[in-house]
Amino acid sequence: MAGKFQSLVLKSVCVKRGGKTLLGPLDLTLETPGITAILGHNGAGKSLFIKLCHGQFAASNGVVLWNGQPAESTRRNRSFMFQDTPLLRRSVAANVEYPLIAYNVVKSERMERVTAALIKARLSDHSDAPAASLSGGEKQRLALARAWVTRPQVILLDEPSASLDPASTKELEGLVQEISATGVKVLMATHDLRQARRLASDVLIFGAGKIIAQEMVPVFFDTEQTGAVADFIEGRL
Amino acid sequence: METLHAAWVLVTEFDPALLAIIGLSLRVSLSAVLISLIIGAPLGAALAIWRFPGRQVLVVLSNAMMALPPVVVGLGVYLLLSRAGPLGEYGLLFTPNAMIIAQTVLILPIIMALTREAVAPLRREYQDLMISLDVSPMLKLRTLLWDARFGVSTAVLAGFGRAIAEVGAVLIVGGNINGLTRVMTTTIALETSKGNLELALALGAVLISIAISVNAIIYAISQIGRKYQEIP
Repeated sequence: MAGKFQSLVLKSVCVKRGGKTLLGPLDLTLETPGITAILGHNGAGKSLFIKLCHGQFAASNGVVLWNGQPAESTRRNRSFMFQDTPLLRRSVAANVEYPLIAYNVVKSERMERVTAALIKARLSDHSDAPAASLSGGEKQRLALARAWVTRPQVILLDEPSASLDPASTKELEGLVQEISATGVKVLMATHDLRQARRLASDVLIFGAGKIIAQEMVPVFFDTEQTGAVADFIEGRL
Repeated sequence: METLHAAWVLVTEFDPALLAIIGLSLRVSLSAVLISLIIGAPLGAALAIWRFPGRQVLVVLSNAMMALPPVVVGLGVYLLLSRAGPLGEYGLLFTPNAMIIAQTVLILPIIMALTREAVAPLRREYQDLMISLDVSPMLKLRTLLWDARFGVSTAVLAGFGRAIAEVGAVLIVGGNINGLTRVMTTTIALETSKGNLELALALGAVLISIAISVNAIIYAISQIGRKYQEIP
């Protein structure tokens, strides 16, 4: 994929459903490389926010711009990994290959990239097994391999380890870090403060559908917080 | 007892008349299944995937038509193909092709409706992923049909089971002409009424073994399919 992540900009964005404002108004400029954690309680709007950022649906008002381009027309520069990862009823390898078919990548190159992605996710031994036969941790690694295989500028993760045990979480986090180290921008929604501290370079905190803080990780965790941010931290810890 | 023995001899000695009848039955029903699959599976999937005006009417119609009485289908196709009918000029009536057309009309709704049922839950499951990957409509259709392949094969076999076992439609449009349009079911009906039970019994046994095989295959396919499905 040509180019790198430079910026994500939201200008007075709102998401409304049935007369209720679920998200916003949001104004944001994000230019940090590395991993950005989207923090907040359940229902604070994290998941809706990253789906909106990917261009999964249109905002009711305002614009979402990646490198100055609208989100919905540049989806293929990014990959999205869902919380309840829908795996295709096919083999592990076929799941990783699928986005490349959708993107019209030629067969020989597809094979190469699938092999590389399976090695990276340590799933080579399972490549011909039905995806449904994998364990929870393996399924999430498969989903991440499928997200990475298209060589995206950005990967968006929605609570990737919400249903995993500590060992699988650690493995998945390792993979996220490896991918981030290759220059891919990562946006990750999580409600786990410690996970944010382990992985992220900066955080966006959500409360009741609004961004209540945007800070670099060292600053965020070393400074005493006040107001809604403090409430979130106390509530969680 | 003697009748049973005579029937057994017919089957085990591959009686040529018997084989010809079985062969025609298979040819007609398999052709009808193939045509219904090619037309019905994409239509069924499209009904599951896209929302368009009149969709619900089509869903209800295809479901209702699954239970069409074969004799009524036979009558309808007869009227279409008879010399005075709109397709009369092609001279199809009382030929195997007429029987294929009648059975296609009979099982197309089955394959359509069962394919739609197999694809609908998958569509819900895959929808978000498809949007996130910007999947084209054609690829979406192909993906869902392929991933619903176990359900679709069951639909095909259900269609085949209905086609091979029905008698009303092929009897009316085929005419049960000896050596030309006589299939297993029509032969059984005729030979039984003539008192020639050997042939009827022999064909009955073949029909039942086909039915059992078809169901065994449906079962085997669903077992394989389970491996690819999430356990809820």
